[in-house]
Amino acid sequence: MHFKTKSDRWFDGINYLLLSVVGLCMVFPLLYIFSVSFSTMQDFIQKDIVLWPSHWDLGAYKYIFDTPVFGRAMLVSACLTVVITLFNLLMTSMMAFATVHSFVGSKLILRMIIFTLLFSPGLIPSYLMVRNLHLIDTYWALILPGAISTFNLIVIRQFFQNLPKEIFEASKIDGAHELQMFTKLVLPLSKPALAAFALFYAVDAWNAYFNVILYINDTTKWTIQVVLRQIVIVSPPDNNLIASLLKDPPPAQTVQMAAVLVATLPVLVIYPFLQKHFAKGVMLGSVKG
Amino acid sequence: MKMPSEMAADGSRRPRTYFRTLLKKSWRDRYIFILLLPGLLYFLLFKIIPVFGNVIAFQDYNPFKGMWASDWVGLSNFKRIFEDTDVLRILRNTLFISLMQIIFVFPAPILLAIMLNEVAREKTKRLIQSIIYLPHFFSWVVIVSIATIFLKPEGLINQLLQYFGYDWISFMTNPHLFVPIVIIELIWKETGWSTIIFLAALASINHELLEAAIVDGANRWKRIWHIIVPSIGSTIAILLILRLGTVLDTGFEQIFLMLNPFNRDIGEVLDTYVYTKGIKQGDFSFSTAVGLFKGVVGLVLVLTANRIIKKSGNDGLF
Repeated sequence: MHFKTKSDRWFDGINYLLLSVVGLCMVFPLLYIFSVSFSTMQDFIQKDIVLWPSHWDLGAYKYIFDTPVFGRAMLVSACLTVVITLFNLLMTSMMAFATVHSFVGSKLILRMIIFTLLFSPGLIPSYLMVRNLHLIDTYWALILPGAISTFNLIVIRQFFQNLPKEIFEASKIDGAHELQMFTKLVLPLSKPALAAFALFYAVDAWNAYFNVILYINDTTKWTIQVVLRQIVIVSPPDNNLIASLLKDPPPAQTVQMAAVLVATLPVLVIYPFLQKHFAKGVMLGSVKG
Repeated sequence: MKMPSEMAADGSRRPRTYFRTLLKKSWRDRYIFILLLPGLLYFLLFKIIPVFGNVIAFQDYNPFKGMWASDWVGLSNFKRIFEDTDVLRILRNTLFISLMQIIFVFPAPILLAIMLNEVAREKTKRLIQSIIYLPHFFSWVVIVSIATIFLKPEGLINQLLQYFGYDWISFMTNPHLFVPIVIIELIWKETGWSTIIFLAALASINHELLEAAIVDGANRWKRIWHIIVPSIGSTIAILLILRLGTVLDTGFEQIFLMLNPFNRDIGEVLDTYVYTKGIKQGDFSFSTAVGLFKGVVGLVLVLTANRIIKKSGNDGLF
């Protein structure tokens, strides 16, 4: 370590101060919403909540988990997230492993993948395709059109290419075909890498909002993000939706905040796992666009 | 008389053997094709065919007749783009919001990355990083909800304003505050995350240069200004040029979620317009033309940006 001069110490002091302010700005909104969602309305009105609830109250959460709209939306979101994550992972890794090989037409297929990076179809043609396939108002519309992210495909493909070739050659000599290699060798060997992509796909699936309002008109199939938008963004300040759902609802304020937290909770729970993995993936992403 | 028959025999044999080896190879690779098939189908259905679906921009598309039977109208949909005052206003909104994003959102992570880079203790640095990356993983619905909760008439910000003796402000319905709020939300969500690439660039700085500067008596400010900033200059330049290449992209979900009847005049952008005009009002051909216009301009800009980067001696993207 170098000797620290006075100006160095000033610099560090200011730097830490500014960084703390930045960090606080990131944390405070969540902490505030957390506190209010667990507080009694009385405390909220008396502005007693600064950073921590003085009287804990679970009313807002009880309400959320008892209300059919919320319960169903969360169930739908949770199931969709699991299905989409597994489906996307399988689709992406299958295609990634297939295109590692050279076969009749493999170059054409690689070119096609690059083509899709340059030319995205556009909203209306994509929508019309989904409509022509009669997927509107079915969960398939949320699952199929996003099955493979081209970028993830390229990264996973590179990962597969770097697997030691010897094991594939050995398995080939033993009479295994590519399908067996995929299920018996590739998938088990790439568990950690695939776990990282699973987390990314899962966050995307849970956070998905636009494709839901695009393809799903049936309100009974809404996901948690759409419900959250309805009760916080569309119908404030007095929240007719909440009022209409129950005779004696808890105050809209705390319910809104509880809803925000519930819609964020899965992300907060998997974030520690996610964090370990993302740096490398993102680096590749930022370099390749 | 002999020659042509020989040639014919020759010519007909070659394609057949070629075809046969092709078949043989394909049969050998049949398991690869099984692995490939779902992905290929996906790409064709959702990535390739819809690109050609854009032809309805040149039609008067009728959903009941379909793409094959609808009438062709040439470029009239595109002419409408430049005659429609709505579209011109929306184009102006798009460019304005995007430029504001470039001016205010783009530099934020550079600053933050430089600040983080000066943190000597690895543990402290990591703690700050895990905090500032977090908002990136929240959905736009959550972010806009948080903003709404804080900015509504009885929200915390207005409580504070009143506490200090000011009038409350209707933040979410004031059209003048639309763009600033969009910018602040975007900074809150993405600044931390975007530091990653600059931190990587900072990590590759030549340490001998820094040590030489210390020996020469340069203090921290001087080191940052004369060594650190110039050495990440090319990364900054590349990202800025690329961002300029996507100047028609403002982010879809955020703007869409922020729009309400009060700020529509100032906040509607090309993406949201394509959605409302096409999906909500069913004007498929015209909104496809608008989308295609945006896509083509975007593609040309990105390719130009890429060429500029390559000309300047850096690695382009493609």
